[in-house]
Order: sequence, then structure tokens, then C-alpha cells
Amino acid sequence: METNQVIEETARQAYGRLLSYLVVNWRDLQAVEDAIGDAFLAALEIWPKVGVPDMPEAWLLTVARRRLIDRARRDRISESALLTLFAMSENTQRLASSSVAFPDERLRMMFLCTDQAIDPVMRTPLMLQTVLGIDAARIASAFIIKPSTMSQRLTRIKAKIRTERLVFEMPDKEEIPDRLDSVLEAIYAAYGRGWDEAAIVDSPRRRLAEEAIYLGKLLLPFAPRESEVYGLLAFMLFCEARREARRDEEGNYIPLSEQECTRWDLSLIMEAERYLHTASQAGRMGRFQLMAAIQSVHAQRLRTGRIEWMAIAQLYEGLVRLHPTLGALVGQAAAVAEVYGTERGITLLEAIPSAEVVNYQSYWALAGHLYKRMNRKEEALSAYSRAIGLSIDTSVRQFLSRQVNEIEMQHL
Amino acid sequence: MSYTLMFYESQEDFEARTDPSRQQEYLAGWTHYVHALRQAGIVVFGSGLYAPETAATMKRRGGEMAVQDGPFPETKEQLGGIFVIDVPDIDTALEWAARGPVDTVEVRQNMPALKQSIDGN
Repeated sequence: METNQVIEETARQAYGRLLSYLVVNWRDLQAVEDAIGDAFLAALEIWPKVGVPDMPEAWLLTVARRRLIDRARRDRISESALLTLFAMSENTQRLASSSVAFPDERLRMMFLCTDQAIDPVMRTPLMLQTVLGIDAARIASAFIIKPSTMSQRLTRIKAKIRTERLVFEMPDKEEIPDRLDSVLEAIYAAYGRGWDEAAIVDSPRRRLAEEAIYLGKLLLPFAPRESEVYGLLAFMLFCEARREARRDEEGNYIPLSEQECTRWDLSLIMEAERYLHTASQAGRMGRFQLMAAIQSVHAQRLRTGRIEWMAIAQLYEGLVRLHPTLGALVGQAAAVAEVYGTERGITLLEAIPSAEVVNYQSYWALAGHLYKRMNRKEEALSAYSRAIGLSIDTSVRQFLSRQVNEIEMQHL
Repeated sequence: MSYTLMFYESQEDFEARTDPSRQQEYLAGWTHYVHALRQAGIVVFGSGLYAPETAATMKRRGGEMAVQDGPFPETKEQLGGIFVIDVPDIDTALEWAARGPVDTVEVRQNMPALKQSIDGN
């Protein structure tokens, strides 16, 4: 492997571990990021000449730590703070000279990223940057945010973490489920963004959806008894399994119920089923577990050839009771329409307050679908039109436009 | 706050406006987008622009006036229309830009109106 490739690979594996370890010990996130950046630059310069060190992570850690000490001296940091840094540096030296890996503090980092003091919409971007080392520009594109705005917001949060001295302590045992919720929510948001991103661009870089799954898997060793961690992972993997089947060879969008099951990734489905099984053993229902269970019912079409809408409708009912998001309400309406008839589905849909769905694409797409089925042409056309106008994905727009054309053809 | 969305279109897009085989699809894309915008209640102003070759550009060079046919500057993509929308922040404005039926949209915040006019009104 080329040295540059080794460095890139090490960066992917080690960035979050290095950063989390250093930040937990030295709170200045910005300074730590700069120090790690310097360490990687040094690696790029030195490794090609002298070869890759036996323990690349320890090497990077040593360089980053040295940079931190230099900077602390330059900034005339107080003696007591310097002591912390020196103590840590002894630690890192010991770690660097032994074969033991340094402690993985990425979970603490994830808890910090989802601290109450941090704006919920910024938690996912912060986590993507600190734990995975994804740069602000890429995060900005995935979230459709102006890149300089995204950078500023991230910088502001890092300053806040320093000045408000947000804690890096692990939450108490009884706090963990609540705090874990925010972490899961942030990972779920990353996955959702990745899902949209994957539909928009075929990019060679690792997809955001995969990064989200990677984050979810990081949680497993720390939270072996938290069923929602397994639930979220199962949900993401069920969705991943269908990625290829979402479009045909020409790139046309195919809705879930019309996808060819043979194009689903069987090994991912089996992995998802295993996680879902583990989640269900906890004997506690959770939002992500329910969402995964719904996907699992869809996946069963692979074996049975049919969609058990009754089961899906029941699961949605549970989800709506537990966590009534717009997505859950619309999903429930769709399932109810299949089981109890289109009219019942529309009734549920129309019960959602209209102010909440003004810009909610899925609502209008389903409304168009159901009105079309009931032959309420004007309403169907109007709903589809809004769905198209709210769509970001071009292939979805084209799919919905075909529905509109079908209605208009019937008119003639 | 109000933002201006500037929709840039390729030569192909401009041709689609009058090409009988593509016209309907092209116009439908806009119709749906405008529908969603209006229903959201955020439109301040919006208008499509005729093709760039219909433009006239006035240019003063060293005090001398020159008028030329066509747009300024000549580039692959040209301004095809604008929308001024009233939304809370640039994030929301960009989200609406992403929904537009073209591939390039520039978003800029509008400056507030000047407080005083010359005659003091």
C-alpha cells in the first residue's frame, strides 16, 4: 500500500479515537483539532521518507500532544492546566511505548456532542466532524447549509464547549437511556441525510449513510443492554439493504412496495434481523425498534411474496402512540389505507393539522396517491403537484410526474 | 428576511421552453414548484425571464456608452428567472433552492430598503 493510502486509512480509523482521547483530557476542541491536523501533516511529510511507524496511532498521538503543549506554552496557559497536559503526555508516552491501544473515548465524545447545551440541529454535524473527521464543507452539502455558515456554527460550538466547560463525564447510570436517546437521534439524523444524499449523488467517497451505521456500531460495546441501539442499527441496515433496489437501471425511482426483492442485499437483511432479535429480547418497546420491525415486515416479502399490511398498520399504531412524528403519522395512514381501505387512510391523513404539513413532501405524495386511487382527480393533481414542488430528488420528481400524467391521460 | 433565488438555466433548458416535445415537461416542473412555493405563503415576487439572446446590455466604457445584443457576461448558464421569498434564514432559503427544477440556483439575501429617499418622504 502506498504511504499516502496508509495515512488516509489510519486517518479514517484513528481520527475520532485520537481526537476524543485528547479532548477528554484537554478540553479545547479547536486546539486538539488543529494539533491532530498538524500531526497528520507531519505524517504526510515524514512517513514517505522513513516508512510508516509500527504504531501509527501512537506516533500521531505523540506528535499531536507535543503540538498541544507548544500551543499551551505560547498561549501562556496557567500552570495547573499545563500540569494536566503533562500528566496526559506521560500517559500517552506510556501508551505509545506499549502495545495496548489507548482508551476509546469516542462514546464520551458522542455524549458531549449531544449535550443539552448544544443546539439539537448542530449535534449531528458536530458528531460527524469530531468522531469521524468529516470536513465542514462536506457536512454542509449533505445538510444543504451554506458552508461558511456551517463552519461558523461548528466553531461557535467548540468555543462554547471550552468557555462553558461542558463536561466530558460519562452520564450516570440512570441518565444513560435519556442521554443515549439524543445520541441515537443524532445518528438517525445523519442516516436520514445520507439517505437523501445517496439518492442525489453517486459519489466515490464513503457515503454518509455508511458513516451513520459505523457510528451506531461504535455504540454496541458500550451499551450492550440498550435495545434502542440495536433497534436503530437494525432499521438502518434494513434500509441499506434496499439501496440498490430504489432505482432501476435507468435511474428511475421505484417505491418500496414495487421494488424487486431479488435486488435487496440479503446479508444486510440478515444482519438487521439479528440486531432486531437482540433488541426484542430486552422486552421493552422503543421507537427505533418499532421502525425496524416495520422494515422487517417489508423484508419478509422476500420469502412470502406479499406485504403484511395488517402487521405494518399495527406497528405504526404503536409508533404513533410512542413517538408521533409526521413521518409516523403519514406511514400509518398509508398502511391503514392498504388494510382498511383508501377512505380510512385519507381520514387519517386529513386529521393531521394542515399547518404542519405545508412543506412535508411525503404527506403530499401519499395524498396524491390515495386521491388518485379514489378517482378524486382534482385533489390528486393538486396534491401531486405540491409533492413534486417539494421534492429535492430528481428521480422522485419524475416518478411523481408520471403519476400526474396517468391522471391527465384518464381525463382525455 | 427576504432572499432572492436566482435560477440559472442551460441553453438546453431555454430551448425546452419552446421545443414542442419538451415544453410540457419543462413548464410542468415550474408549475409544481411555484405551486409549492405559493402554498407555503413565502413568495414576495417571482418571474421567469425571456431567453438571454433577447437581452440588451448597456455598458459604459471609459465614459463612452455601448449597447450590445445579448447577456452579460456570456456563460454556459444564464439567469432564467428569479424568486424573492420571505423566510426566516438562509438555511430555509437554500432548502427551497434545492427544490427548484433547475441544476444551479444562487441564493442571496436582499438588502433592506434604504430608509430615506432624497425628497424626504
